[in-house]
Amino acid sequence: MTPPAENVHWLFATGFLLLGLLLLAEAVVGHDVWAKRRWRVFLWPSLAFGLGVLLWPVSVFFTNSTLHMIAHASWAETAMIAGAAQLGLARGKLHSRWWNVTVSVTLFVSGAAFLIHEQNPWLFSRSAFLHHALGWMLVVSSVLPLLQAVRPRVFAWNAGFAMVWITVAVLLFCDRDVAPIFGHLSPLAGGPR
Amino acid sequence: MDSEFVGTLEERTARRPLRMLTIDAIGPLTMLAGVIWAIAQPYRLAILHPHGKGFYDWLAQPPLLVVAVGVFFAAVIAPGITEDLRGDDDSSG
Repeated sequence: MTPPAENVHWLFATGFLLLGLLLLAEAVVGHDVWAKRRWRVFLWPSLAFGLGVLLWPVSVFFTNSTLHMIAHASWAETAMIAGAAQLGLARGKLHSRWWNVTVSVTLFVSGAAFLIHEQNPWLFSRSAFLHHALGWMLVVSSVLPLLQAVRPRVFAWNAGFAMVWITVAVLLFCDRDVAPIFGHLSPLAGGPR
Repeated sequence: MDSEFVGTLEERTARRPLRMLTIDAIGPLTMLAGVIWAIAQPYRLAILHPHGKGFYDWLAQPPLLVVAVGVFFAAVIAPGITEDLRGDDDSSG
């Protein structure tokens, strides 16, 4: 009944791609135009919150290791916290732009969880490579929401934040259960499938 | 009239069509990326390579998912934004 991990990654990649495109559109037109229709303001925070909720079933059903469960649960928790904070800001219940720090924490915790729960080296398999690449990218890019909190209208920070999610989507779409990376596949990983 | 102010207005009106163009292009470019991916790796589509594929392979076909996101953006998100940009343009001059 449980789907292969690669299928789950592709479905989440779809959500992250949409999230990235929404953020990119907001960065291009600016927040004032984006906020002209109220429902648009709630789009990406709802999507982030929803992705956090959907990570819980992943955490419950993919129990091949304790580290995986803790990693998935930490992503679920932090994504929900960030999504909820952004929903509060969109609704006007929260006012301080420093609530954006929750997004920064989400990125850092998610990146750290990727790096901690991947026990194999970069070129062990494609999956291992993607875990390392995603982990370091998220850790480094966790500075972007902080920069957005300090200078919210700078295009580079907003577009950069959008591109992070588009890149996350591309990397997740590249994932296969067992596949070589740049011609390398450890014999310990088993046959490609 | 302050020339710096005029310059800023000119810059803003010149930038607006570029923004509209960018918003209009995001959806079709995403769809195009999905189509190119499908042509480059047809075996990732269960619809073209049905042998040995299970339920989840039919549910999640990556190139089709990318195309679907592009269609959603082009049909649901982009029209409202370009309309708002156009409205902004009309009200400013």
